Amino acid sequence: MNELFRKITGDSSFDLGSWILDHIVSIIFWVFIILGLLVSQNLQLNVFFSELCDRFYRNAFLILSLIIPVVAGLGMNFGIVVGAIAGQLAVIAVRYWGISSEQAGGTAFSGLPGLLMMFLIALPIAALIGWLTGTLYNKTKGQEMIASLIVGYFGNGVYQFIVLFVIGAIIPVQLAHPMILYDGVGIRMSVDMGNVKYALDNLWQVPFAPFMAVLCLLVFLFLIWNQFLRSSKVEGKSSKLSPLLFGVYAVISVAAGVIFLMQYLQGGVLTEVRKVPVVLVLLVAALALFISWLMNTKLGQDFRSCGMSQTIAEANGINVDRTRIIATIISTVLAAWGMIIYLQNMGTLNTYTAHNNVGYFSVAAILVGGASVSRATIGQAISGCLLFHAMFILSPEIGKAVFGQPALGEYFRTFMVYGVIGLSLGLYVWRANKKRELKQPQDEEA
Amino acid sequence: MNDGILEFINVGKEYSGHAVLKGINMDVRPGEIHALIGENGAGKSTLMNILFGMPVIHETGGFTGEVRVGGQNAKIMNPHDAMEQGIGMVHQEFMLIPGFSITENIKINREITRETLMSKFFGQRMELLDHKKMAGDARKALDIMGMDIEEYTKVEGLPVGHMQFVEIAREIDKTGIRFLVFDEPTAVLTESETEHLLDAIRKLAAQGIGIIFISHRLDEIIRVSDRVTILRDGEWVATEETKNITAAEIARLMVGRALTLDRTEGSRQISGEEILRVENLRVNMPGEEVKGVDLSVRKGEILGIGGLAGQGKLGIANGLMGMYPVKGKVTFKGEPLDVANNSETLKKGIAFLSEDRKGVGLLLSSPIDLNIAFSAMEVHGKFIKKVGPLSLTDRKEIRENAEKMAKELDIRCTSVAQNAGALSGGNQQKVCVGRALCLDPDLLLVSEPTRGIDIGAKKLILDLLKSLAEERGMTIVMTSSELAELRSICDRVLIICEGKVAGELSPTDSDEVYGLMMSGVSKEEAMKASGAVQGDSLQKGGAVNG
Repeated sequence: MNELFRKITGDSSFDLGSWILDHIVSIIFWVFIILGLLVSQNLQLNVFFSELCDRFYRNAFLILSLIIPVVAGLGMNFGIVVGAIAGQLAVIAVRYWGISSEQAGGTAFSGLPGLLMMFLIALPIAALIGWLTGTLYNKTKGQEMIASLIVGYFGNGVYQFIVLFVIGAIIPVQLAHPMILYDGVGIRMSVDMGNVKYALDNLWQVPFAPFMAVLCLLVFLFLIWNQFLRSSKVEGKSSKLSPLLFGVYAVISVAAGVIFLMQYLQGGVLTEVRKVPVVLVLLVAALALFISWLMNTKLGQDFRSCGMSQTIAEANGINVDRTRIIATIISTVLAAWGMIIYLQNMGTLNTYTAHNNVGYFSVAAILVGGASVSRATIGQAISGCLLFHAMFILSPEIGKAVFGQPALGEYFRTFMVYGVIGLSLGLYVWRANKKRELKQPQDEEA
Repeated sequence: MNDGILEFINVGKEYSGHAVLKGINMDVRPGEIHALIGENGAGKSTLMNILFGMPVIHETGGFTGEVRVGGQNAKIMNPHDAMEQGIGMVHQEFMLIPGFSITENIKINREITRETLMSKFFGQRMELLDHKKMAGDARKALDIMGMDIEEYTKVEGLPVGHMQFVEIAREIDKTGIRFLVFDEPTAVLTESETEHLLDAIRKLAAQGIGIIFISHRLDEIIRVSDRVTILRDGEWVATEETKNITAAEIARLMVGRALTLDRTEGSRQISGEEILRVENLRVNMPGEEVKGVDLSVRKGEILGIGGLAGQGKLGIANGLMGMYPVKGKVTFKGEPLDVANNSETLKKGIAFLSEDRKGVGLLLSSPIDLNIAFSAMEVHGKFIKKVGPLSLTDRKEIRENAEKMAKELDIRCTSVAQNAGALSGGNQQKVCVGRALCLDPDLLLVSEPTRGIDIGAKKLILDLLKSLAEERGMTIVMTSSELAELRSICDRVLIICEGKVAGELSPTDSDEVYGLMMSGVSKEEAMKASGAVQGDSLQKGGAVNG
């Protein structure tokens, strides 16, 4: 078995057992999804893809915001909740002005300008909060993840106080404003995004099937370039795949491309999938590129040094605390923007609950992609996002098919979210201990 | 390459009133290999910490005297200043990141970068890394030492010898390096790696770099160094041209001090019976690894275990108590003992006084009486009364027992209800002894019993141990860094070197023999060499007389 896989991957030290252990969470999800697709009776492929894509566009940004803290050695930043809160504050402010202006017959802060304004306002708030949380993480070294959980709860408390009391009681607002509660203090349960909804999505939309066909073509071209034309930048760091693996990927990308193309030409079920908001997709791609670019800068190298060993980084004159704060700030700002993107796609902000699960769901998603507390890549974030949300869509279907009750599936997915986090963290510690055990006294002579 | 000379002028250092360095004068010339040697606590590391401006020095009130480079006061306040002055260090424990390539490690925080659009706005940290140039520099540094390993290999999984060279490569890659400190560089190397390293050090010196070579291996010092400085108890003892001095003389200067503790022969009942036999013991205690120790303890004796720090002497007792991963065959009172099973070991009658008194030995915020009773409660179920289905601690018995112990061991406290943390070091140690006695052990393992205890109380602790052996017939295995202590009460002393038993000495053997053996010289050679020194000094004495 091992021999076969070694041949396929072209990696002579490949070990199936440890590979499975490394990817156990992803494997569980794959099994679950395949099972779900098999047992669900009514789920149509176009609905599944529409839902999956929507959830991907909404969440990818948030999940990508987790990568940098992991690389910098802070672990999973559950504290992106406070980033999301910063984004929501910006949304509330801009929508307040926008609605006021509408009532006065104006068009200020509507559509795209409104969205850009949200990004702009969220930036300093998130940066400040990020700086504060980063400082806290430096004071709680070794317990950053727990600290980040608590930061989320604390941030929630402060946020509730602001939107429930400060707005109206301290910050003067118009009494008759539709966003304000009846007694003139506090924001209502939900805030309508108005025409900021789909401000990004509507910029440029293309049909799903041809978009995917083009994407498959691009993947195929990349594979060819990577395999035959790319000159490796640094000696010894070859990015070439083994011939077998390359063949498998190439065939899959070509086959998928042809299927999408055929569907498009013949008007198959996939043509009914919701259109692709190209700008949003490009934005996610740009963030991914930015992160990988950042990892190649001096700052990125410092992140990695701090993540691998704070002592050694410190001994070599890297300002570890500052570097960690920068990582937290970047993560928090990205989370704030990610939340705004999420909301413009959703259409309404549930003032008091929208941010609640952002931390858990994003962390669970990146873990499903195969990330760990000490290692996370863009590929893991993207694939984790897709796998995790596929599970989300399918679990009511499975509940219906297996127990006759979709509600059971709903419970099941909550169970999956926390289960994934628990399992990943547990496995991580278990494997770290196992590595330590290997260093037990060995009989040298033997 | 440079004409500066590195000088320590009358350097001294106190930690909270306790002088650890006194009036050190030493100089290192460009292109010279200057060896620095001394026992644990002789002040080598403090001196180096001063040289590198480590925070531990400046947070505790700085130092007296001056460090001069090229005749100028260097005013080194932090490690960065040291780097600016061209002073580098090759650390004993590797400062390498395993997940990084050799190049990344060599270039850590000195990466070569090129400007980007972002860096114009956000500063230097947004510049992109130039991997090619970095690899080129790394290659150059590796070539200087004749290392043919690929510069893009990950450090993880490299043999230790190679890691050492990566460390050195990092130092020589720093531009303008003028002085390089090697802290015990050969401690982890095999023989051929050591050879290779010494060659590299010679090469570096030939290029005009001044080298401070800290080692406890006398033969290496003799082979590689130009001059040698010996420190003892924080004081400068001697600086000599290496060609004018022998290993035995260095050993004598390093160890030799008036015995502060007198040895009195006790009236111990040592039977021929073997109480403990240890075969091929291996313990993975970080920093004190034991690599195959055989020893045998006779009933009723006090066996001493000595050696330099990091050689594994502490690992033996800790391993026998199962505190760290352990392997090996142990026979106690004729029966095999599973040392990994700590509670069985305690039940069978072995007790342990840990060197980490505050961490492992005592519950600092609990009262003395509970501290004394604690182990016996856990191991033998003493001091526990049954009330129906519940097991409750018997407060009264615990108190009475503690009061009895306090009297017997002369624990100075206002009441046994006092917290153990409030006691002085010596009295804390006595509480530990009291606890061990409650276990009624046949064999007592004692590690560093006088660490952190002032001189007056040291004697009391040692006397107490001796009386345990003499009056109760207890067998004691005492591990200590202080030779004087071992020699004052032990019947035999084993010297541990590099995780193995280097040999057995009698407490009355000479300083040179002890010094040489701790440096890894075999017993026969040590005896021979020290004989030569004594012969020498006799001759000299004779010449003066004549």
